Amino acid sequence: MSAHLSNGRVNLNILREAARKELREFLDKCAGSKAIVWDEYLTGPFGLIAQYSLLKEHEVEKMFTLKGGRLPAADVKNIIFFVRPRLELMDIIAENISEKNGRPPQMHSPRDFHILFVPRRSMLCEQRLKEQGVLGSFINIDEYILDLIPYDGDLLSMESEGAFRECYLESDQTSLYHTAKGLMTLQALYGTIPQIFGKGECARHVANMMLRMKREFAGSQTQILPVFDSLLLLDRNIDLLTPLATQLTYEGLIDEVYGITNGYAKLPPEKFAAQKKQGEVGKDLPTEPKKMQLNSAEELYAEIRDKNFNAIGAALSKKAKIISAAFEERHNAKTVGEIKQFVSQLPHMQAARSSLANHTSIAELIKDITTSEAFFDNLTVEQEFMTGVDTDKVNTYIEDSIAQKDPLIKILRLVCMQSVCNNGLKQKILDYYKREILQTYGYEHMLTLNNLEKTGLLKPQTSTRNNYPTIRKTLKLWMEDANEQNPNDISYVYSGYAPLSIRLTQVLARPGWRSIEEVLKMLPGPHFEERQQLPAGLHKKRQQGENRTTLVFFLGGVTYAEVAALRFLSQMEDGGTEYIIATTKLINGTSWIKSLMDRPEAP
Amino acid sequence: LPYPKYLQEEGWPPLMYLKESKRAVNSIRSLVEEEDEEDDVEKVSWSGEPVGIYLLDCRWSVHDDVILLWQDYVSDWTPEETVKRMQQGKVYSLEKFRSLQDKLLLLDEAVNAHDGNVITAVLIYLKKSLSKEILFRELITREIALRHYIHYLKEIGEQKLLLMQYRDHLNVRDENKRRDFLKNCLSFPFSPDDATHVQDHYTLLERQIIIEANDKQVESSGQADIFKKYPRKASILNMPIITTLYYSCFYHYGESDGTFSSPANIRKTFRISDKQFLLTCLGARAKLKAWFDVDALFTTKNWLGYTKKRSPIGFHRIVDILQKNNAPVQVLQDYVNLVEDVEQKISLAQKYKCHDVIINTYRDLKDRQQLIVYRGKVEKGSSEYRKIEEILSNSVRRSFP
Repeated sequence: MSAHLSNGRVNLNILREAARKELREFLDKCAGSKAIVWDEYLTGPFGLIAQYSLLKEHEVEKMFTLKGGRLPAADVKNIIFFVRPRLELMDIIAENISEKNGRPPQMHSPRDFHILFVPRRSMLCEQRLKEQGVLGSFINIDEYILDLIPYDGDLLSMESEGAFRECYLESDQTSLYHTAKGLMTLQALYGTIPQIFGKGECARHVANMMLRMKREFAGSQTQILPVFDSLLLLDRNIDLLTPLATQLTYEGLIDEVYGITNGYAKLPPEKFAAQKKQGEVGKDLPTEPKKMQLNSAEELYAEIRDKNFNAIGAALSKKAKIISAAFEERHNAKTVGEIKQFVSQLPHMQAARSSLANHTSIAELIKDITTSEAFFDNLTVEQEFMTGVDTDKVNTYIEDSIAQKDPLIKILRLVCMQSVCNNGLKQKILDYYKREILQTYGYEHMLTLNNLEKTGLLKPQTSTRNNYPTIRKTLKLWMEDANEQNPNDISYVYSGYAPLSIRLTQVLARPGWRSIEEVLKMLPGPHFEERQQLPAGLHKKRQQGENRTTLVFFLGGVTYAEVAALRFLSQMEDGGTEYIIATTKLINGTSWIKSLMDRPEAP
Repeated sequence: LPYPKYLQEEGWPPLMYLKESKRAVNSIRSLVEEEDEEDDVEKVSWSGEPVGIYLLDCRWSVHDDVILLWQDYVSDWTPEETVKRMQQGKVYSLEKFRSLQDKLLLLDEAVNAHDGNVITAVLIYLKKSLSKEILFRELITREIALRHYIHYLKEIGEQKLLLMQYRDHLNVRDENKRRDFLKNCLSFPFSPDDATHVQDHYTLLERQIIIEANDKQVESSGQADIFKKYPRKASILNMPIITTLYYSCFYHYGESDGTFSSPANIRKTFRISDKQFLLTCLGARAKLKAWFDVDALFTTKNWLGYTKKRSPIGFHRIVDILQKNNAPVQVLQDYVNLVEDVEQKISLAQKYKCHDVIINTYRDLKDRQQLIVYRGKVEKGSSEYRKIEEILSNSVRRSFP
């Protein structure tokens, strides 16, 4: 299940194993049969660490979802609540437990209650439990520090949805603290990172916290040979443009259209109806969306996920031919030995064929969208903005889309993009867009517009100086004639636009940020370099031609397209660096803007 | 609190550490000062620390007042009595009011007394002793108290709290409560732009409530045909302004601008742009297949009295909207004809089979070739076919000297 985590240069299985060990220890602390009551939000991230089988090994017999009212019946010795430290959840727990106290004598013996807070305990929550009169009912109250979750062999995420909003809108740096803590955990397992680079206010804070935490634990130096050569901390707000653009890689498009959560995508079932599982007797077309796991454990997916979507057709054809040829081999198997060998390959070939069928279906679904007029028109406007065309006028496509009452988030992505590419909109134009939006979608969205202004996404022009064209030119952000089939530059992920964040990463490795001092000054926040002392004898001796390993941490979110771009850099010949990617959250333009919306619940 | 032994021995009741006793000390001081300069009462300043009020000698009058102060403090005054005492500058204690119900009674009494200082003093206590969600929930229905609260928050620089509360309470379910809440929000420290939006939001909801009540009644009584033919699928409450305008153009078209429900009134009140107004009206009238109304939207009389069609948006857009509403070809044709760009005109005409437009355009362009091609596309013997034939033969005649 986790083999793919050791695929990369850094074996992230170690991290996962450490997390599993902690979980096991806690479960064993609550000796005897147990039932877990889950905060629904946690089941996804936990699924990446441990499956039910591990829990079963530690006597977990039942699992329930946390909800109000009475606890469901369960003949177990222990009831453990796995929850985030949120006050409203404490009230539900109290409800679950108090009900018990009031009930008449039960059939089974009294149970022990425990709580596991994820990722941290909270005084406020324990206080709330006390107020509800149930704090004393718990035997074990612990915290399970799940900061960085490995999603793939080169990808870690904290899945902290609110991080961008908290840092850049509410000036709340709690998530940065967790980030620093997560990085300390990482260093405990993979060795001290000798060099820290960063750009942005939040990056600076995280680096400071790391250095301070290191000093506080000065006594306990890890004796592990460092795996990472350097850490690069990047604020999301040095590159607000990239997440707004529609991603054009295969995985990026799946995320844009269907959303990928905890490594799973939910897809419309109709296309997959033909593939019935064994045992399903005469079922009609399934109405449940098909849940598909997407990670590099699936060979075909690993090959195509980061390709530009226009290259997928050819890749799938090629694969189909290879698989067909492999199946044809059966005609060549003459001897018993050869037949035996062929048969032993069958499961693998069947898996490959099923994988091909799935991805062909997905690609067809996505193609329906990318070939639509709406998609094309939208992309055209995006690219106009990115190349600086008419960013200072009211855009008719946006106007028309508002008039047709297209989804609000689509509109917001476009107007924000125009604003970012123009370094703010002229007051008249901003007012016009705002009025059209509020009149068409409702005045309650005023709060969202305020939030977007505060984070710099949709703001009035304060000075006539627009640095974006200079940045674009110096860093070569727009590459005409990007080769989508056989890319030679990271700009293929957006069919011409090179993500600013990744360009900065690329330049840092070679030739270094000194060469772009002027441009760096145009981007918000300080840039810096720190060195951390390594214990004697632990300095890495790199072999001739051996690549450096850099951990890039995006504070505020990263897109799959950016991940693809970094993977591209990693596999570039004589690129010199391989990248491991970490982030507070995997995002796309839609989920990102959504996190900034202040929307009253629909009545 | 070290209670002087001699007082105890003489039977004076112990003086508690009074939370509100700063006022008590000051009251005593003022009483003492009234007497005369020769004080034997040690004046103690109040720093909040438990300090005894020591009587250095027996001043009976001061003693009596101290006893009374104490009694006053521990007595159970009703909200009404408490408020009176506050107005009269007498000692009081708000901590007595523990339950939410009691606190609200106190607040309502304070409001009834119309004394701003008293109201604010009560609000300060409520702010301290209630969660901000509960406090705000109660304040949004108490206009006067809310006004004072806003003022107080502004004074102490906590305006942000107001904006948070605005956000948290936008989803009040009951529309009347929401309307009242919005009205009260008008005095929040919004930026001028935002203030305009909140004003519009309030005005809109206020009018929607009126329109909804009226239309519901009319619909159920079966008086108006339009509701019978096109029964309303949803309430107009909480819909955005453009949606409201569409509704108005659908059900209340042609009403004078004196009524809240008329398109003209809505357009004026909410400063809707010509473009938006036109598009919305067009959508509604096209849905109802009211082609004459659609025509009227675009027709303007010039100074010579001739009518001419104008549009702030391209006619190709108009054509699309009409087509989506299944406008008959005769109607579509007129508008396709008005498309300025020739290529676009031809393409639209072909898409929607407006034969006359195509034929006339090619004729005006003198493009025989295309006419011949198009003749092959139309039905043999149809009027379009005959028309093309006629044009072709006419032009042949003319090309001969």
